[in-house]
Amino acid sequence: MDRREYPNIGETLYSSVLPNGLRLNVVPKKGFSTRYAVFAADYGGAHRRFTLDGKTIDTPAGVAHFLEHKMFDLPNGDNALNILSANGADPNAFTSSGVTCYYFSCTEGFEENLRMLLHFVSTPYFTAETVSKEQGIIGQEIRMGEDSPDSAVYYNLMEQLYSHHPIRDRVAGTLESIAQISHETLYNCHRAFYAPSNMALCVEGDVDPGTIETIALEVLGRDCAPVPVADFGPEESLLPAAKLRRERMEVSAPLFLIGSKLRAEKEGQAAMRQRLVSRLALRILCGASSPFYSRLYAQGTLNRNFDYDIDFSAGTGTLIIGGESPRPELVLEELEKEVAEVSRRGLDEDAFLRAKRATLGSTLRALEDFENVCVSLATGVFDGYCAFDSMPVLESISAGECRDFIAESLAPERLALSIIESKAV
Amino acid sequence: MEYSRAELLPGIFLTHLRSDKFKTACISLNLLTQLNRESASMNALIPYVLRRGTTRYGDMEALSRRMDQLYGTAIEPVVRRIGEIQCIGFYGSVPEEGYLPSGEKLLPQAISLMAEMLLAPNTRGGLLLPAYVDSEKEKLLERIRSRINDKRGYSLSRCIEEMCCFEDFAVSRLGSEDEAENINYKKLSRHYRSLLQSCPVELFYCGRTPFKKVCAAFKDALSAMPRGEIDYELGTDIRMNALEDKPRYLEEKLDVGQGKLVMGFRLGECMEEPDIAAIHVFNAVYGSGSTSKLFMNVREKLSLCYYASSIAYIHKGLLLVASGIDFDKFEAARDEILSQLEEVKKGRISEEELHSAKRCVASDLRSLTDSQGELEGFYLSQTLNGLDYGPMELAELVEDITKEDIVSIANSVECDMIYFLRGLDEEEASEEDREDGQA
Repeated sequence: MDRREYPNIGETLYSSVLPNGLRLNVVPKKGFSTRYAVFAADYGGAHRRFTLDGKTIDTPAGVAHFLEHKMFDLPNGDNALNILSANGADPNAFTSSGVTCYYFSCTEGFEENLRMLLHFVSTPYFTAETVSKEQGIIGQEIRMGEDSPDSAVYYNLMEQLYSHHPIRDRVAGTLESIAQISHETLYNCHRAFYAPSNMALCVEGDVDPGTIETIALEVLGRDCAPVPVADFGPEESLLPAAKLRRERMEVSAPLFLIGSKLRAEKEGQAAMRQRLVSRLALRILCGASSPFYSRLYAQGTLNRNFDYDIDFSAGTGTLIIGGESPRPELVLEELEKEVAEVSRRGLDEDAFLRAKRATLGSTLRALEDFENVCVSLATGVFDGYCAFDSMPVLESISAGECRDFIAESLAPERLALSIIESKAV
Repeated sequence: MEYSRAELLPGIFLTHLRSDKFKTACISLNLLTQLNRESASMNALIPYVLRRGTTRYGDMEALSRRMDQLYGTAIEPVVRRIGEIQCIGFYGSVPEEGYLPSGEKLLPQAISLMAEMLLAPNTRGGLLLPAYVDSEKEKLLERIRSRINDKRGYSLSRCIEEMCCFEDFAVSRLGSEDEAENINYKKLSRHYRSLLQSCPVELFYCGRTPFKKVCAAFKDALSAMPRGEIDYELGTDIRMNALEDKPRYLEEKLDVGQGKLVMGFRLGECMEEPDIAAIHVFNAVYGSGSTSKLFMNVREKLSLCYYASSIAYIHKGLLLVASGIDFDKFEAARDEILSQLEEVKKGRISEEELHSAKRCVASDLRSLTDSQGELEGFYLSQTLNGLDYGPMELAELVEDITKEDIVSIANSVECDMIYFLRGLDEEEASEEDREDGQA
């Protein structure tokens, strides 16, 4: 395996691409009890239309998530979740628009658990009966999601921003869409997207990289299947489909999200740089120490429930700023003013340097979390870069780059506002 | 990991864990005070007001800039309720010096900033600034009201409120809207001064800096703290039995699509001399993990719910079972949750169930040593219980728990309260729409 030292962050990374196409990353950590592994598929809720054996297949919303639930069933009637739990591991899985991740953490029996993880994710077993039972369970989950104002404010925004890209649909689908899922749908999707060539395995903890490589080859075999091509439809314009949307729900104070679509960089190094530039720019513009946030906080327009994030999934890039506010329109107005100011005058050099220093600290903090490290390595693998390379790239970012990012991607015509208002008012 | 503990100044204690494995150090400072209706909101408000500005860094922007300058050192307010003790203060995370380009000495600066936030707030005429108090009070009120947004958490706290209506545990960690409304800057300034004088203080450090140096930095930073008579009489009142013969029942309605069933239990006599390891394992067998009886039966086998799990509040001697269900599954889910407890009481626990529950609890405890945030919470909770052993030792104790230990805990558990949050009837829902229309 290829071994690389990262002295500035105190990590060593072992990586390789196995003959079956699996991309493997291992971060050995002496002195820790926890061992963590994530087995991730480059497949999420947005991968609805794809080509398999020359045939185009359309699948209903919610299949990736449904498949994730059903993967835990083993042909002998056992459930992998129970086996792993009984073996002392803490297993789980999640599906986002862009990826599906199966993972566990444990303090003992790591190799056995790893074998089980690789085994169950690579062993499809679905019947009409188990699929129909799961429709009930996921139906509950969907209903719970529909009651959630956080989820409503988010998906409303995605529908405003995107006119047709499947990222606008709920990852879990709807009661109607999941009713269309059959065991054949699940087999097709598994065959298309769960080949090792479309997956990554990332492990952190006191482990031996060579042993992990051997286990992965033993369980997954050496066959390398072609990687499927997902079709997300024609490219979206950079303008939102709808600027403003309001909905009323049972909430104490209005929730809001301001969003903008980005043109996501495709090439690995450029993709990583785009992520770092955008996060740094947003920290300067609206982070905890920004004049914008401090002013709106002091006015009572914002509270501590305010955050920003940028998500790159399924070929899209979405910038989201939001939280709670009694006056969401005012937040948008103030943000637009701030953006205009930055576009005109550029960024304050001191603020820029401080933000870089602060980013160093938060990068170190993020490295303490095994799940975060392994999932970022996996998504980095799918997007063609290594998450550990970020420090030198961060150093090389200029204030001008951040200014340009703000001026372009937060221009007023690019922004959409989603609001959940309180029913009581 | 090396554990040390000392009283640095009167009533100010430091728990120190020396560890080389993290990239950031963790520091925390907690004032301990008795939870009660009258003061909970004031207590909860104080760290947030203090986070607004100090004499040197007059507003939040200046304070946050200072933290950015210290390589993203983050010092944020924390308000917790552990049993009936309210813990208020700050939690901080400081990058370890070895990873910084300049090799700067960050820790003493971070500790002194934290102490400054506690001891030298931005004041006028010795009083906290009215603008800061009023604006944080509004935000506290919003936070109190916002608990309704999360129906799962909301239903849990409603069940506790009703179940413990004659006990201080009914008071949430943020206090109540009514009490918060009544706060003004003069009253809060007086309360703040009295807390500084009388509260025991728990400090925590986990990182690479040796014990003596951390002691010196905290001592130096806190030496000016105005101390009076320290109130060591803090504690949690544990009620052993249910309030009435049969579990009380409360149903509430909100516009939700999924019902929330919460069942509140008293852990009972086992709390007289609580065997903490056994309670953890009992909880794992019954309802807390994915091999538990609740998960396996109520969720997996009978598909009665989307989730069903139990949480033990060991300091207070409570066990809560929370579950998300269809409205018409109420009786079925309730009966199944009770009947699974009966199974544990009758000792119908397989070797496998016992084994996996123990592994699960032990593994959680061992992995807790890999997270500074969890270590901090664990040791604070231990200290409040008068215990000083670490998670590794507790994991050892867990390994020795037997089926009989669990059965004996289960037999002391008693259901006291059943709370059900259901949706509006169609008629009520359309009525509400009409009201909306008029507004």
